[in-house]
Amino acid sequence: MTETKSSFAPLTAYSPRKKAQSFVQKDSVVIEGVDISGQWNKMFDAREITSYDLTHMDKLTAIPGAESMGWCYQCAQCIPACPVDNAGGDYGPRKIFRRLQTGVDIFNHSDMWLCTSCQNCVRVCPKEVDMVQIMPAARAAAVLEGNVPDELVEMFQNVSEYGNPMGQSARKRVKWTRGAGVDIRILPKDAQPVDVLWFVGDYYAYHDRGNDAAQAMARVFSRLEIDFGILGADERCDGDSQRIAGEPGLFEELARHNIEQFEKYEFAKIVASGPHAYNAIKNEYPKFNGGSGFPIEHYTQFLSQHLDRLTPLLTRPFAKKVTFHDPCYLGRHNGEYDAPRKLLQAVPGIEFGEMFRCKQQGYCCGGGGGGMWLDGFAAEHQTERLSENRVKEAIQVGAEVLAVCCPYEVSRFEDAVKSTDNDGKLEVLDIIEILDQCME
Amino acid sequence: MKLVVLLKRLPDLVEDLEVDDSGKALDTEFLKFTLNEFDDYALEEALLLKEATDGELTVIALDGEDVDKMLYTALAKGADKALKIENAGEASGNRGLAGIFAKVVSSLPHDLVLTGVQSAEDIDGQLAPMVAAILDEPCVEVVTQVATADGGVSIHKEYSGGVVAEFEIDTPAVVGIQASRQAPRYAPVSKVRQIQESTTLETVAGSAADTSVFTVVQMTPPETGGGAQMLGNIGELIKVLESKGVI
Ligand code: SF4
Ligand code: SF4
Repeated sequence: MTETKSSFAPLTAYSPRKKAQSFVQKDSVVIEGVDISGQWNKMFDAREITSYDLTHMDKLTAIPGAESMGWCYQCAQCIPACPVDNAGGDYGPRKIFRRLQTGVDIFNHSDMWLCTSCQNCVRVCPKEVDMVQIMPAARAAAVLEGNVPDELVEMFQNVSEYGNPMGQSARKRVKWTRGAGVDIRILPKDAQPVDVLWFVGDYYAYHDRGNDAAQAMARVFSRLEIDFGILGADERCDGDSQRIAGEPGLFEELARHNIEQFEKYEFAKIVASGPHAYNAIKNEYPKFNGGSGFPIEHYTQFLSQHLDRLTPLLTRPFAKKVTFHDPCYLGRHNGEYDAPRKLLQAVPGIEFGEMFRCKQQGYCCGGGGGGMWLDGFAAEHQTERLSENRVKEAIQVGAEVLAVCCPYEVSRFEDAVKSTDNDGKLEVLDIIEILDQCME
Repeated sequence: MKLVVLLKRLPDLVEDLEVDDSGKALDTEFLKFTLNEFDDYALEEALLLKEATDGELTVIALDGEDVDKMLYTALAKGADKALKIENAGEASGNRGLAGIFAKVVSSLPHDLVLTGVQSAEDIDGQLAPMVAAILDEPCVEVVTQVATADGGVSIHKEYSGGVVAEFEIDTPAVVGIQASRQAPRYAPVSKVRQIQESTTLETVAGSAADTSVFTVVQMTPPETGGGAQMLGNIGELIKVLESKGVI
């Protein structure tokens, strides 16, 4: 066999389905009147990439909402921004695009489920490849096809049957109120108009450590003489994480239910314990009630407007080194970085310091976008949990307390402190718990 | 292969169960109903079988609260037909229920009838054998896998101590399912809703077969004991016995 002597010849080795003779070697090439003849003009032939099967790429980018996956030009800026890649997940939009380009079926691949929708890649991507839009749309298609991790199935089923991911009875949603030590108006039983309709949320209502925060919130509200009420057993999961995990139908059902409850009562604003409920009610619920939505604030936003009355009540010093974890859905998704910091700065005796990755560049706890229920699944594809990565950073900056303001996070980070053998080195507290501790 | 799955709804155990004023039944005011977990396994196993054999799957349930949603969900998962048995009255226990189910099943062409091996409110595991007896068909209980074998059906039955036996049975037959090969699949809400909007459930009038049934005389919550006290040594035991006036 005679071989054409060419510096490009080895290229054929990467193109298994293409024979060497398919290279076009023209004697002369003239383009727009310019003679550009030369050995390199064989590059006018199609690139090797066309020999891959693009069925799955085409299927994904044809889904409304997921189109932008196809816009990636492989600059890789997203990879160092991706917390999953950072935790050993070999992940990020660039890698997903490349795998799709080489024929990988993402609908049957772990890539479909590892994204936490933290939005950090969206922040840096010059091509506006938007994982926060792509993932829910693609996952909804995967769920319809029945390709969904068992851990998520269990969660979907619980939320659909009981209105909360724990699969607990709706009637037990108010059990935590008994330990609060203050009166809490349950609106379905006492429908008087209130200033604040407090959307308590699943983790505050049902999780042990969430109960602590919920009770702290009730006490702080009472000390501030805030006229508030809760939906009690009629509240359901806000649905946002279910939406992003691929169950838009379930989300709509939950949204419509909660909207129906909101419409029964008179209130000035809704205050949400969690950033996910806040995000859902602020940005998604308006789609289901004629676009008008409801006035909604995250609790840190609400309380930071009452600092004039709150600060004098914080009399007991909290002399500890504290750092703060920005929740993705309060920070990057909704642009709120100041409110939680204002509250922490009002704490007497506090020594506050930031972590390296904070505010716009904040790291993710791993709980968003369905990650809350995928720890087992993620463990098979990452070298560590995102929450473990984060608590190590908090310890590295010398913090004694990691302050949070998302109901997913207390339990996630407490588990991570234990699993990284840092028991006793870092306390995890909701900001509301710190405020409550400072009140005599 | 023509498959029939018998579904039963049960009070959901996430709520505390209470006896009503009659003292003979559960207070259903705050009760939520849900599909019997074992029936969900039976449905999953039947769906796998349907897919493997290009079969036809019918689900049947007695009418009642939350039953429509249960049947629409089964259709969304892949069942071809859902039958709701109306006006059958309250079935008392598995005997009554077996009579009602068997009457309906006898009018349906079928190769295999699958149902949960037991349910939380009736743990005698008698539904499948009684339906089989009325239909005069063979029955295997505590089944963990069903597959087609030449001419018949091959079945894995579980015994205590983790022992599994493989059976071949002639069809038509009835099986009581202990577990499905894979976790029951999820029916997305949008799919259930779509089915609900585009399908009407078929109904069939129910009547009991000639089986003897029982009547509930009294229902009470189980008595809770006082709890056990762990004693550390013989001295403590003597003290307890003395305090009770035994010695
Ligand atoms: S930053 Fe955007 S364009 Fe660049 S590799 Fe990532 S997804 Fe592609
Ligand atoms: S949204 Fe976050 S987790 Fe998802 S790919 Fe982008 S950076 Fe990674």
